[in-house]
Amino acid sequence: MTQVLDIDRLLKHHLLMCRIRAFEEAALQANTENLVLGAIHPSIGQEAVASGICLNLQAEDLLTSTHRGHGHTLAKGADPRAMMRELLGREGGNSHGKGGSMHIADFSVGMLGANGVVGANIHIAAGAAHAIKLLKEQRIVCSIFGDGAINRGPFLEGLNWAVVFHLPVLFVCEDNGFASTTRTSAVTGGQGAATRAESLGVATTTVDGNDLTEVDRIARSVMPSIRQGKGPHMIVARTYRLVGHTAADPDLYRPRDEVEKAWKRDPIARLRKVLRQADVDLAILEHHELNARQEMAGAFAEAKAAPWPPLPRAFEDVQDIGDPRQEAF
Amino acid sequence: MPTMTYAEAAKQALAEEMRRNSTIWALGEDLGRGGVFGQYSGMAEEFGPERIVDTAISEAAILGAAVGAAIAGTRPVVEMRFADFALCAIDELVNQAAKARYMFGGQTKVPLVVREPIGMWRSSAAQHSQSLESWYCHIPGLVVVCPSTPNDNMGLLKSALCCDDPVVYMEHKNLWALEGEVDDRSSIPLGVARTAREGKDLTIVSWSSTYHEAMLAAVALGEEGIDAEVIDLRTLWPWDKTAVLNSVEKTGRLLVAHEAVQVAGFGAEIVATVVERAFSSLRAPIRRIGAPRVPIPYAPPLEDLLRVTSESIGSAARELMR
Repeated sequence: MTQVLDIDRLLKHHLLMCRIRAFEEAALQANTENLVLGAIHPSIGQEAVASGICLNLQAEDLLTSTHRGHGHTLAKGADPRAMMRELLGREGGNSHGKGGSMHIADFSVGMLGANGVVGANIHIAAGAAHAIKLLKEQRIVCSIFGDGAINRGPFLEGLNWAVVFHLPVLFVCEDNGFASTTRTSAVTGGQGAATRAESLGVATTTVDGNDLTEVDRIARSVMPSIRQGKGPHMIVARTYRLVGHTAADPDLYRPRDEVEKAWKRDPIARLRKVLRQADVDLAILEHHELNARQEMAGAFAEAKAAPWPPLPRAFEDVQDIGDPRQEAF
Repeated sequence: MPTMTYAEAAKQALAEEMRRNSTIWALGEDLGRGGVFGQYSGMAEEFGPERIVDTAISEAAILGAAVGAAIAGTRPVVEMRFADFALCAIDELVNQAAKARYMFGGQTKVPLVVREPIGMWRSSAAQHSQSLESWYCHIPGLVVVCPSTPNDNMGLLKSALCCDDPVVYMEHKNLWALEGEVDDRSSIPLGVARTAREGKDLTIVSWSSTYHEAMLAAVALGEEGIDAEVIDLRTLWPWDKTAVLNSVEKTGRLLVAHEAVQVAGFGAEIVATVVERAFSSLRAPIRRIGAPRVPIPYAPPLEDLLRVTSESIGSAARELMR
């Protein structure tokens, strides 16, 4: 069946994927320059999942993400300049430099936070959806987690919760095949995410997560039933991270030819091929890439020049009752 | 002044606040049938199953969902059934609820109340009897409340339900049926102790069920001519340092008594603070009493061996007065 391509839509995805890639490359550069001291988990190679899912969300929809959350956050609409400042721990970061990469969040665009604890964002998303239902709001919640999360309790408990209370949640298992640096298949009983979710009554669709057109198509197709209150859905998007688990990971546990082969399935290159076959001018695509690089280089330069947070920030936003600024001893 | 039980007082507080604020809801196991101790009885009838929510035995999801629901604009009241079971949701409370506001730079707050019934009660043994309040005092971001009377259970719960911080609200299981007068139904500020008995010879600081033992001890001591001041801390974080320090400056003697294991119990924090701040006021060494560092046994005589009683508080006080 020949599908009519929505070129404008695919171009939006292409630009966003280039921006995510460029952001991650700038973050890695910052890491090389010792300007990012904490761990960063780049999402290079997984951009089609972030873009394909998040461009199908509305501005008012909510998102919870993982420690590998830069791409999701950008895709939900966050300002990369504030994000880069956050990675560098500077004033003007989304969280005043108090969260860093692993807790990147931008509530102004409905991005409720990346989570440093694997799987913890799953039942938080279910709860946010529970609140939406109680408040009779129309929006939905999307929770993106990795395949490493499916062996933790929150995967079972959070999915079960969303089913039992018919909550508007899109669960996305961003399956890059690795739980940290261990192959997930080696530590997982049974058939994995989709089978487990189906057994709980969560309808699940598995998709090639490196094929943007497919991720976009599936995400778009499952949204209406979630929005209509028919309960949660899960997408398992199979992908591959093309770089190490963290910026500091030498990635010695994967055969080189496996990684090289994976680069041939680079989601950005694949989308570009689709667009070229549809006669999109190469100059447009190169322009996207150049723009993205310039934007993120600018964000990095600005972040480098930004001051550290003023020291009193350390004591802000702990709690109202029992505020450390009043409870000094 | 109306008289009611500790359980009834909390129920009325929750019901009043739920009538006032439609974003408050409660979730936990068996709540639709009134909760395991009946502290929610009749509430599902008034507020419906959407606001008195029966859940699976799924502590991590109960608390995790509450974190998400708090962030997304509601005020969940989480019923953990037993403080011991809340340990199945420690990530959700300690890493999520307590941290979200700070690590997201104030972009959100997490207004939720976690009810964690504590304490020894009817031979419940090692996994249904613990008093773990000191753990939560150690965690920045949390408020910790341990009410001891029906009046306080009403007033403090009302305050907790209006608080924008995650509040660990620890009711004592042995107090559910305790009757007492509830004065004006107004909220009681968190972090303010109550001087339940004034005295000039020594200060006894306590909370929760042990406060009642402290009061019994104070009466007995009074008959012997020892005039004890009894402070019910009520909130452990933040705790009312001013009340305790003022009292110790007056009496010169301090005894802290709690049901929890003495080692690293919250009594240690109180004692250390008094030593740092009011050492020169002390006329005798400080004493603290808590449970020995053993799990709680089932057989009543063994269980009793671990209790902090009015007698053990009285003997410690007498030693201080020597």
